[in-house]
This record gives sequence, C-alpha cells and structure tokens, in this order.
Amino acid sequence: MNIGESFRIALRALAANKLRAALTMLGIIIGVGSVVALMAIGNGATASITSQVQGIGSNLLTVMPGRLQRGPGAEADAAAYLYYSDYEVLARQLDNAEHMAPMFQSRLQATHDRESIGVGVVATLPAYLPARALELEHGRFFSESESGSQARVAVLGAQTATDLFGPRDPLGRAIKLDGVPFKVVGVLAARGSAGFTNDDEVVLVPLETGYAKLFGAAASLNGRRRVTGILISASSPEAVDGVMEDTRHLLRRARGLKPSAEADFTVLSQAQILDTLGAITTTLTIFLGAIAGISLLVGGIGIMNIMLVSVTERTKEVGLRKAVGAPRRAILAQFLVETLALSLTGGLLGIALGVLIAAGVTAAGLIAARVTLDSMALAFGFSAVVGLFFGLYPAWRASRLRPIDALRYE
Amino acid sequence: MIELSGVTKIYQMGGTEVRALGGVDLFIDKGEMTAIMGPSGSGKSTLLAILGCLDVPTSGAYSLDGINVEKMTDDQLARVRSEKIGFVFQQFNLLARTTALENVMLPLIYAGVGGRERRRRAQAALDMVGLSDRMHHRPNELSGGQQQRVAIARALANEPAILLADEPTGALDSKTGTEIIELFQQLHRDIGQTVIYVTHDPFIARHTQRIVRLADGLVAGDDPVAHPLAAGAKREDEIVTS
Repeated sequence: MNIGESFRIALRALAANKLRAALTMLGIIIGVGSVVALMAIGNGATASITSQVQGIGSNLLTVMPGRLQRGPGAEADAAAYLYYSDYEVLARQLDNAEHMAPMFQSRLQATHDRESIGVGVVATLPAYLPARALELEHGRFFSESESGSQARVAVLGAQTATDLFGPRDPLGRAIKLDGVPFKVVGVLAARGSAGFTNDDEVVLVPLETGYAKLFGAAASLNGRRRVTGILISASSPEAVDGVMEDTRHLLRRARGLKPSAEADFTVLSQAQILDTLGAITTTLTIFLGAIAGISLLVGGIGIMNIMLVSVTERTKEVGLRKAVGAPRRAILAQFLVETLALSLTGGLLGIALGVLIAAGVTAAGLIAARVTLDSMALAFGFSAVVGLFFGLYPAWRASRLRPIDALRYE
Repeated sequence: MIELSGVTKIYQMGGTEVRALGGVDLFIDKGEMTAIMGPSGSGKSTLLAILGCLDVPTSGAYSLDGINVEKMTDDQLARVRSEKIGFVFQQFNLLARTTALENVMLPLIYAGVGGRERRRRAQAALDMVGLSDRMHHRPNELSGGQQQRVAIARALANEPAILLADEPTGALDSKTGTEIIELFQQLHRDIGQTVIYVTHDPFIARHTQRIVRLADGLVAGDDPVAHPLAAGAKREDEIVTS
C-alpha cells in the first residue's frame, strides 16, 4: 500500500462525484483566485507609485517646516516656519547642491473666460524645473529677471492647461489667479500623479511676483518672507546623504537651535518618501490579501464539510476496506489525498483565475496589475495547508471507524 | 486452527451492560466446513466478528492459525484480516462503480501485493468462481449471484486460512443460493478451504459437516452432520433437523 495507490483510490472517488468535487473546489478556486488577483493589484499600485516617485529624480531633497511625525497627531507644528533667509543660507553655503529652489505654495482660484478651477499655485525660481526634473511641453519657463521684476507670467501644468483652455493653445493667453491677471508663457509636459504632489495640476509663477502680487500678508511673518519648502537636488545620488546632513547642520545653526533641541524642520529624500509610500501600499496589499484569505478559509471549511459528508456516506465502504485488511493509515491517506487533490487542483485553477482577473484589470486600464510568483506560491501553499488542515479531521474520523460498526451502517 | 477458550463479549449500551457472549469454547480444525446457527440475539454475529478479527473479546483467549489475537491493536488485527481471513457478506459489499477485477484486487492492495502479481491472482480467483468472462463488469452490470461470486473471489484472493461467510445466501433466490453453496462445497472439497458460515437457516446449515448452535451467548450444541446435503438437494428432503 503506497502513496500511488492512495492517489488512484482518491482520484477514482472524486471522479465518481464530479459535480460535487467541482463545487467543493469552487470555494478554494475563488479564495486562491482573489488572493492572487488582489495581491497583483496591490503590487501593481505599489509599482506604479514607486516608478512615478522615482521619476521625480532620486537626487531630490525636500526641506519642509515642522517635524514629520508618524501616527496620530502627525500635523506639523503650526508655529514652525521656514523663511526665505533659510534658503539664502543654504544657497550661499551648501556644497554639492546642483539646483536649489525655494517655493511658496498656496491654493488659489484660477480663471480663464468662464472656466474657473481651484489649483495649487507655486511661486518659485527657475531652478525649480531642473530640480524636479520637469520638462516643458510648450513655450518657456520664466527667468530670474522676470522674478526680480515681479513679472506676471505663469507656467501651467498639463492638466491645468487642459482644464482652463481645453484643446486651445494657452501660450500668450491671460489667466487670472484670485483675480490677478497673468500671461501664460509655458506648459509643462504631463507626468502624472507622484504621491504627495501632482505636477500636472499646478500653476508656477515667479517667486517675487508671488510675494508681491498674490500671497500678501500670508507669506510673511514679522516682516520675514516665509517659504513652504526648499527643493535641493544633489549633484549625484552618492552625494544625497552628505547634502542632507549638511542641510540639517546649516539650518540648525541658522535657526539658532541648541544641540539638544529637536529640529523644527524636516529634510526628506526621495528614498524616504518611497519608504513611506511603500509602507502604505504594503499595508494595503496585506489588507487586501487578508480579505481574500478569509474567503480561502471559508473555502476550506466547505471542503471539510463535504469531506465529513463523504466519510459518513462511505462508512460502509470504509468498513469493507478495513475488513479486507486496510490499516488505519491507509484509510487516513485515502481521505487526506482526496482533500489534498481537491484543494491543490482548486489552488491551481484559482491561480489561473487570479491571473485572468489581473489580466482583465490591466486590459481595462484600471491599474497595471502585477502577478508575482510570491503571491502564487503563497496562495497555493495556503490552499495546501487549508486542504491538509480541514482534511485531517474527516480523514481521522474515517480511520477511527470500527469496521464492525461501519459494516453494519446503513 | 481456530481455538476459542472462555471468550466473552460485553457491550455497553447506554449505561447497561449487554453480555453478547458468555464464555464460548470452540475448536475448529483446518479444512473443516462448519455452520454457526442460532436465533437473532444468540450472539452469532458477535462470534462472527470475533472469529473474523473485526472485534476483540472482552475476556478469554482466541488463537487463530497459531497466533493469539485477543490483545491485538486495530492495525495488527487489520494485518491478520489481510493475511488470514476472507469475508463474504449477505449484501456482497462490493465497491460500486468499480469493476469485478478491481474489487477482487482490493485486499491484495492492502496486503502489499504488487501490480502484476495482484492482477494475476485476482484473475485466478475470478476464474475459480467461474467469472473470468465478467472481469471488467461493474457490480450493477452483474446479477446477485454473480456479485456474490465476485465477493467470494475477493475473499479468496489472498488465499486466506479461513473463509467467513455471514448469511451468504440470504439476499439470493433459492436457485442462486444453491449455486453459491455448491461453490463453497467445491472450494472446500477441491482446495481444502476452511469454511465457516453463519446462518439461521437449518437447511443451509445441513450442507456443512458440522453445526454449532448458539443460544444466549453460549454454545448450546455442537454436532457433526451425519449426511451433509449435496447442493441442489430439495428442501422437502429435510425431515427432522434438531
């Protein structure tokens, strides 16, 4: 009596009840299929966010006011501000910084004719463009001198341009930002959402113009001009850590912080942003997987249910097999192999279903779902464990039947 | 061959003890053909279960073919059943949707007989019961008599020391039943098969050489049959049985 015999006996028993076997497997198929599909969707989302963040430029550092805290109460300190003078300190003293741009960002109403949208307006310097690795689709960016002369010129994000102008060419046209007229001189190339910021829905204006004509009192405190962030691109990926360290050091000194005091500003690298986003999407993927796992569990309980019925139904057969000399482990093996065959076949079909769903989601253009070997192995392994776990009890019950009682069972 | 001494069997039935066997002594020699008779409740099913190693006695000793089986575990009993005992049941107990040949091969699978040898021995057993032309038929394609023949072939497949039959003709009409009895007699005569069968029918019992009568869990009578009937004898021939 070897395992091959157990397989033949089990497969014959399943073949004798094809419809029931198929329905039993359905639970596992759906469970495994949803695990594979949902994890593929989660992975696809992670990958697309990651690639977009990386597109911003891996050398980029962002200085923000306040501390970035995790968990509840993560709001930055309201009292902590960054000032234009901080930028000037860095501009003078920071080494290995290729591009550096201060920015003041605020949400304003942009209008053209009857179109009116709320949009993030960023007042900055021309270095903003290379620091963020952005490209222009049409026109030009504004210059240092235009900033100095407080010229009312604006560069639009791709989506904002479409929102305001539709298919028409916005170059040379006028828009109003909170009622102040600006001339459109350029349009950015589309890039898509990149985690925290969306470069497609933005209006860029010269820094000095912003301070003088748009933001007014909100942009200054006690006569000092505030910035909402400073972008720094390091000269090389290797220089990022050093630049980050120097930035912290210079700013602490400029802001007169005691060595024991916590910094009231944050320097973030793209790697950290990626980590944070990665943690979020991983949590999401696990969450989706867990939901799918529940359906797998339900499928397993379905298998146990059917196997218990099957053992009861075949009590007489078990009795006969025992009477002609089947030891307990042979009966155990027969029923266990039967459940395993159900759950593993269900697992394979479930993987096929999951791959199909993932392909469907991708084809529908919702998200580029990514089926990984990991998720398939996980789902398949889990279905085997489910089969083993839920098959063990019915098989054990069958093996414990006393042949004399089993033979008399009607 | 078979030696029972002081065998008792007590069941627990909802708190009350039921004494199914109250101390049975019995010796059956190799090559004997014996009938065990008794009304229902006499303990004959229990005795059959113990003889067939499907159950162990509560007390007493049972030696089968020189092996003491009374203290064996379930798996050891399974092995003894596999090697020493062939069962024939009233309801045939063939596996449905399984051919005659595969049914006969079943005990050989559990005895660890390999593929080719298994098939050869199963074919030989089917040949012995005259069904070599029905090997690939399923139970539902066979008549009752043919099904019982398959069951007998299955019992014979592993060349058991004893053939235990429980009312083997109970589910058959008298003509087919006669044929089955003839087969048992033939096996007994030709290959010296030890046959024990349990019946409540005195006419059937008289086709054996010896009748053991049970009553209330005890052996009430143990007599040789002076003139065993040949299969096919008419029931009217039966004069006084007890």
